[in-house]
Amino acid sequence: MGIFDIMGPVMVGPSSSHTAGAVRIGSITRKLLGEKPVCAELLLHGSFAATGEGHGTDRALVAGLLGMKPDNERIPKSFEIAKEENLSVKIGKVTLRNVHPNTVLLKVQGESGRKLEVVASSLGGGRVKICRLDGIETNFSGDCPTLVVHNLDQPGHVAQVTSLLARNEVNIASMQLYRNMRGGYAVMVLECDQPIPAAPLKSLSKMDGILKITYLNLDE
Amino acid sequence: MAFSSISGLVSRTEASGLSLWKTVLEEDCRDRGCSREESFRQMAGLWDAMKSASCHYNAQARSASGLVGGDGEKMLSYCREGRSIGGEFFGKVVAEGLRMGESNACMKRIVAAPTAGACGVLPAVLLPMAERDGISDSQIVQSMFVAAGVGQVIAARASISGAEGGCQAEIGSASAMAASALVSLRNGSPKMSAYACAMALMNLMGLVCDPVAGLVEIPCVRRNVIGAVNAISCADMALAGIQSRIPADEVIDAMRAVGDMLPTALRETGKGGVAATPTGLRTAEKLRG
Repeated sequence: MGIFDIMGPVMVGPSSSHTAGAVRIGSITRKLLGEKPVCAELLLHGSFAATGEGHGTDRALVAGLLGMKPDNERIPKSFEIAKEENLSVKIGKVTLRNVHPNTVLLKVQGESGRKLEVVASSLGGGRVKICRLDGIETNFSGDCPTLVVHNLDQPGHVAQVTSLLARNEVNIASMQLYRNMRGGYAVMVLECDQPIPAAPLKSLSKMDGILKITYLNLDE
Repeated sequence: MAFSSISGLVSRTEASGLSLWKTVLEEDCRDRGCSREESFRQMAGLWDAMKSASCHYNAQARSASGLVGGDGEKMLSYCREGRSIGGEFFGKVVAEGLRMGESNACMKRIVAAPTAGACGVLPAVLLPMAERDGISDSQIVQSMFVAAGVGQVIAARASISGAEGGCQAEIGSASAMAASALVSLRNGSPKMSAYACAMALMNLMGLVCDPVAGLVEIPCVRRNVIGAVNAISCADMALAGIQSRIPADEVIDAMRAVGDMLPTALRETGKGGVAATPTGLRTAEKLRG
């Protein structure tokens, strides 16, 4: 954790975990979806469920889905803005197992029909953790360019992805591998020091055995 | 992870002969691959944002619940009349803590330091100090690096989230950060900053997170005041040569252990402490109604 995770962010109140962190979760979800969301179901867990309304957590999540940053003074009005921008929002509560008290399950759909399910926690001070993507456990912060590759669990895919990144001079900061069962469905999450150019991402998505690619582009 | 202990931060500073703020800045540059100027500029931006948040305080604004607003102005006029028991400077510290806490509750733009709920502590000590002693912006920014370094260690070893560790993790951490920053502003040694950090955190150990109706309003706004006042007294003690009997890192670890022991009712759920008083419960009921 860097010093500017401690000092800052400059943000609209009242809570760095329940407001600023929630805006970031919304905006990371939008970036992971890779397109404008048209439909979102937000299910709040724990302290998010208990005190989320008073902290504006619901409005903050929606503000993030609309692409706002935590210091945007229009955050309190995000429900009205969502209506204007044709984003339909449903908010509810859920009880999740083994998660941080400030956690939300987001089910979003983009304008092209692409769907994404994200479980994310707000850890305090505006920092967040993406805990689950489409039902698979993950653990990344959304602070750096992040590539999520869904593939068949067979030999060679990690090498394909890492050598592609190496050829494009992208350094890997952290890497995690998950699968649902041997030979089944696998996910790799790579946090990178540099942004990944569009062309290698495209060629990656066309490779045999690669099922889906999600890329968190911070430059957008 | 940059620093995992206050003792490591202090010993690296002593070994290098640099000042504490420079050790923190150098580590940030190394960690993020940025230049010294960039890092300094970013911190200076936060100081500007604190000043601007104070300038834009609106005494007429009220929070969503209507429970918070206007008290910072009351305190400031009381203090301007020369009536503050603790003198003008002390009165201004109290007023600034209230003003910043109220702006946050009213969904205005503030600087989380380390969190939004505790956003008043650092400005409450830094703004009146800068004004009274004519301290330059760059000296204040230097002291903010010290605060950030201390906060980073607390976040790494314990927590800065009220939902995880209670108010001690938010106001307690902010107070420890502010205490160390004040020591460095007065050219105290790195060890003195560490003692100030330890004492400030120790004094607020066990503080629970008990927001009425779950809102960052009552008692949060006024807890910023105790964080600021505690920081000043701990910085003064450290500068006077008073040492903490328990090392800062051990205090931080104890704070974490206490946080782990706190029931969820006392960790930002709005279900214990003053939130669970008859008046607290009635207030919550009325807001839901």
